[in-house]
Amino acid sequence: MAGSSLDEKVVGWAFHDGTEGAGPQLPEPKRPGDGPYSNGLCALQDGWMLLQSAQLTSPAPGQEHLNAYLEYEFVFERRVDLS
Amino acid sequence: MAEFVANGFLRFDAIVPADINERAIDEIGQLNAERLLPDGMKPPHSRTPLDDCYPLPSVVGEYLRLPQIRGIIHSLVGADPVFDHDWVHHIPGGGSYVQPLHVDAATDSTDPTFDVQLFWYPSAVARGEGGTRFVPGSHLTRVRSSGLHRYQHIVGEQQVACDAGSVFVFHHGLWHAGQPNPGDNDRWLYKIRLNPTEPQVRLWDTTDFTDVQSPPTDHIFARMQPGSVAEIFRTWHPWMGITDYRNDQIQRALLWRYLTGDDDFDVDYYLTRLEGRADLVEGRA
Repeated sequence: MAGSSLDEKVVGWAFHDGTEGAGPQLPEPKRPGDGPYSNGLCALQDGWMLLQSAQLTSPAPGQEHLNAYLEYEFVFERRVDLS
Repeated sequence: MAEFVANGFLRFDAIVPADINERAIDEIGQLNAERLLPDGMKPPHSRTPLDDCYPLPSVVGEYLRLPQIRGIIHSLVGADPVFDHDWVHHIPGGGSYVQPLHVDAATDSTDPTFDVQLFWYPSAVARGEGGTRFVPGSHLTRVRSSGLHRYQHIVGEQQVACDAGSVFVFHHGLWHAGQPNPGDNDRWLYKIRLNPTEPQVRLWDTTDFTDVQSPPTDHIFARMQPGSVAEIFRTWHPWMGITDYRNDQIQRALLWRYLTGDDDFDVDYYLTRLEGRADLVEGRA
């Protein structure tokens, strides 16, 4: 997300489908190029479970103004009944 | 030049003449097939001066010697850069391979010097048919290449779609990835990486410099100069949270200080604020 809160906007995403396509796919975005959900809260409301929030770490001295990876990463999971 | 600093890339649509594009496919196809063979067509050695790369009548050599291409190169890495490496990226029609998002080579130095990579597409690339995916504004981050693999989608990323003869110029740090080509036509790309051999200070056309160079006091929460470099450096890429954005502005300002030789340059006062207080601690007020 864009920030450390679950209700910040989604800026990137990845989807790993353990059902190999048999289960539901991600919803279509509201606008082309947007994420499947506006923010993490919307994913919770759609039945996803939050597995891990982003760790907050102070910048190391001398590294304060360097960007690296997308910092605020949240991991969600969903269990799907294929019976 | 300020847009290159803010976005990490430039695009030049249909800048290479059709005649060269049409003849290029055979030559880069041969290079692609033979470069690792004992007796095949070979690329130059790394550190070969650009002027000595692919001597005529090579079609790649014609491309590299076009005045418009040399002008781009000169503006970014000087008049006498050296060959780092090149590669031909061929995605056949119907190709399904997805390259993970990455930066090339190894994690780079923290100084502001940079290489450029010229991506020449000698044949047209239709939307969604193998055009390179890239993330504008990602070039000033500090990452390990494989750390980016998990990012399947990033808001604001682009995928190349262009006419034949288009050239995209990437800062060496730009995140990018090859994409599948479900179309019928092959997608060809010739990529060359060039290293500068001189400081990259005011190498481009700076006739408008005094008009666009903003003072270090140019500050969004104070006074701003319209149409200035600082205005361009306020480009906020959609994947950036506010901290990413402000940090990136600082990195843009540091790169611009190197490119212009103006060690006082700043945008939105971040560096000037800290440097001013640092002087107090040192007793140099």
